Amino acid sequence: MSAISVPEPVLDAAQEEHATPRPARRWYRQPALLAGGILLLIIVGLAAAAPLLTSYNPIAQNINATLLNPSARHLLGTDQLGRDTFTRLLYGLRTDLRIAFVAVLLPFCIGTALGSLAGYFGGWVDAVIMRLVDIVVAFPFYVLIIALVFVLGPGERSIYIAITLVGWVSYARIIRGEILVAKRQDYVLAARSGGLSPLRIIGRHLLPNVIAQAIIYAMSDIVQDILAIVTLGYFGLGVPPPTPDLGSMINDGQNFLTTHWQLTTFPGLAVVVVGLALSLIGDGLADLIRPGQS
Amino acid sequence: MGRMTFVVHRILMLVPVAIGVTIIVFFMIHLIPGDPARTILGIHATPRAVAILHRQWGLNQPLVSQYWLFMDRLVHGNLGQSLFYGAPAASLILTRVPATLWLVGYAAVLAIVISVPLAMIAASRKDGIRDHLVRAIPLLGLGMPSFWLGILLIYALAINTHLFPVSGYGTGFGGHLHAMFLPALTVAIALAPVVIRSLRASMLNVLGAEYITTARAKGVPARRLFARHVLRNAVIPAVTVLGINIGFLIGGTVVIENVFAIPGIGQLMINSILQRDFPVVQGVTLVFGVLVVLVNLLADLSYAALDPRVRFDR
Repeated sequence: MSAISVPEPVLDAAQEEHATPRPARRWYRQPALLAGGILLLIIVGLAAAAPLLTSYNPIAQNINATLLNPSARHLLGTDQLGRDTFTRLLYGLRTDLRIAFVAVLLPFCIGTALGSLAGYFGGWVDAVIMRLVDIVVAFPFYVLIIALVFVLGPGERSIYIAITLVGWVSYARIIRGEILVAKRQDYVLAARSGGLSPLRIIGRHLLPNVIAQAIIYAMSDIVQDILAIVTLGYFGLGVPPPTPDLGSMINDGQNFLTTHWQLTTFPGLAVVVVGLALSLIGDGLADLIRPGQS
Repeated sequence: MGRMTFVVHRILMLVPVAIGVTIIVFFMIHLIPGDPARTILGIHATPRAVAILHRQWGLNQPLVSQYWLFMDRLVHGNLGQSLFYGAPAASLILTRVPATLWLVGYAAVLAIVISVPLAMIAASRKDGIRDHLVRAIPLLGLGMPSFWLGILLIYALAINTHLFPVSGYGTGFGGHLHAMFLPALTVAIALAPVVIRSLRASMLNVLGAEYITTARAKGVPARRLFARHVLRNAVIPAVTVLGINIGFLIGGTVVIENVFAIPGIGQLMINSILQRDFPVVQGVTLVFGVLVVLVNLLADLSYAALDPRVRFDR
C-alpha cells in the first residue's frame, strides 16, 4: 500500500557468517518445541475435555463419600467434602489455564507498546517509562500481586488487573532493549527517509523484527502467572470457592497430608507439568528464532 | 567516571524510585472499591469508626494533601495504627523483620551452595549427559509452586523422619539454622534454576576465554583450572543474577513463611490480609519495597568495591 519500497533488512557480516551453516530451523526438528507442544496439547485437551472424561460434578458435595482412597471409581480418591479429586483436578486446570492465558495478553500488549515508545523515541518518553519500570520492579512480584488482589477484592477480575499492573514491565524492558539496537539498522533509516510516520515504522518495520523475544518471554511469563494464580488460590485470594482451583486444592489437602497425601501432591504435580511444557516450548522457540545461542 | 561519582550517582538515582514506591503504596487505598473506610471496616463499620478513619487518612481532602499527610506520617516513622492489634503498624512490622532477613540470607547461601557445583558439572562437559541433566532442572523447577514443594518437604523430612521441625523459627543461632533449614531450602530450590542457568552460561563464556586456553596450554590441571580461573570469574555474574532476582527471593519468603509458620513480615502480611488489617498490609508492602531497593543498592555498591571495572555508564 505504501508507495515507497523499503529494502530487505540488510544482514551485517556477522549475521551472514552465522547464516551459512544454518542449523535445522524447521519447527518439527526442534525436539524441545515438539515435546513441549505435544505435552501442552495433551494438558489443554484434558482440561478442555473434562466434562467428557469424568461423570462427576466438580462442586457437588457427597457427605457419604468423604476422603476416600484412590480406587477405580475415584482415580485420585475424594476430598473432605466428598468431591472427586481427579474431576476437580481437571476442572481446576481448566480454570487456572484459562485465567493464565488471558492474563498474559494485556501485559504483553501494554509492555510491548510502552517498550517500543521508550526505545524508539528515547529522551523524556524513555526516562518516564523506565522510571515507572524501576518503581514497579522495586516491589517483589508476589508482594505486589498479593497486595493488589487484596485491595481490589479477591476474584478473577482482580487477578487480571494485578497481573497486568505488575507484568507489563518485563515486556517493556525486553522490547525497549531490542528496539534500541534495531532502530540503528539501515532499513529503519530507509523507512524514515521515506517519510514514514514513527508509529508506522514501529508497527510495520521494527516490531516484526523484535517481537520474537517478547513471545519467547511470554512462555515463561505464563508459567509465572499460573504460579501466581495458584499461590493466590492457596492463600484464599484467588477464584472464590467452590470453583475448583489447583491452589485451593493444595491448601485443602494440606490438612490431610499424613493420611491422604494424594490430595496435595497431584494438584502441585499438575502445575509442574504445565510449567515443563511451557518451558520446553519457550526453549524450543528460542533455539528456532536465535540459533547458535543456548 | 570515578568510583565516588558512581556511588553518589547511584544513591541519587534512588530518590525518584523511593518517591514512586511511596506513591504506589499511598494509592493502594484508592484502589479499594467503594468507600475504603467502610470496605475495610466491614461489619465493624459504625459511623463513628468510619469517620475516624476518614479523618485519619484525610479522605475528604484533595489527593495531594492526602499524600502529603501520608508522607508527613511516614517520615516520622508512623505507618498508622493496626486495626486488629491496636498497636502501631511500624513496631509490629519491625519486630518481624529479623526472621525475614534470616530466611532471605539463609536461602541465598543455600541457593549458591546448590547452584555453583551443578553449574560447574554442566559447564565442564558441555552437551554431555550430565550437562543435559543439569539443564533439565530449570525446566522442572521454574513451574514448581514453592509452597507445594515446602509442604512435600515437611511431609518427607519433618513429619516422617523428624529430622527438622515442622514449623517455627527456633531460638539462638544454631536453633535458627536448624529450624529454618527446610524453609530456606525451599526458597533456594525455587531460586536455583535461574541461578544455575545463568551461571552455566557465564562459565561457558569464561571457558572460551583466551586466558583459559593459555592456562590449559601451560598444563594447569582441570581441577585447578576450575577452582582458580573459571570459578572466580564466573562468581561475579552469579552474584549479579542473585542481585537481579532479589525481589523474587524476598517475594518467595512471603509465601514460604506462611507454609512454615515463621514469624516474619510475610506471615504478618498474609495474616493481616485475612484480618482485613489494611494499615499493616500497606506498611508491609512499603517495607518490602524499601528492602528490595536497599538490597539492590548494597549489591551495586559492593560491586563497585569488589570489581574495579564496574563503572556507571548510561
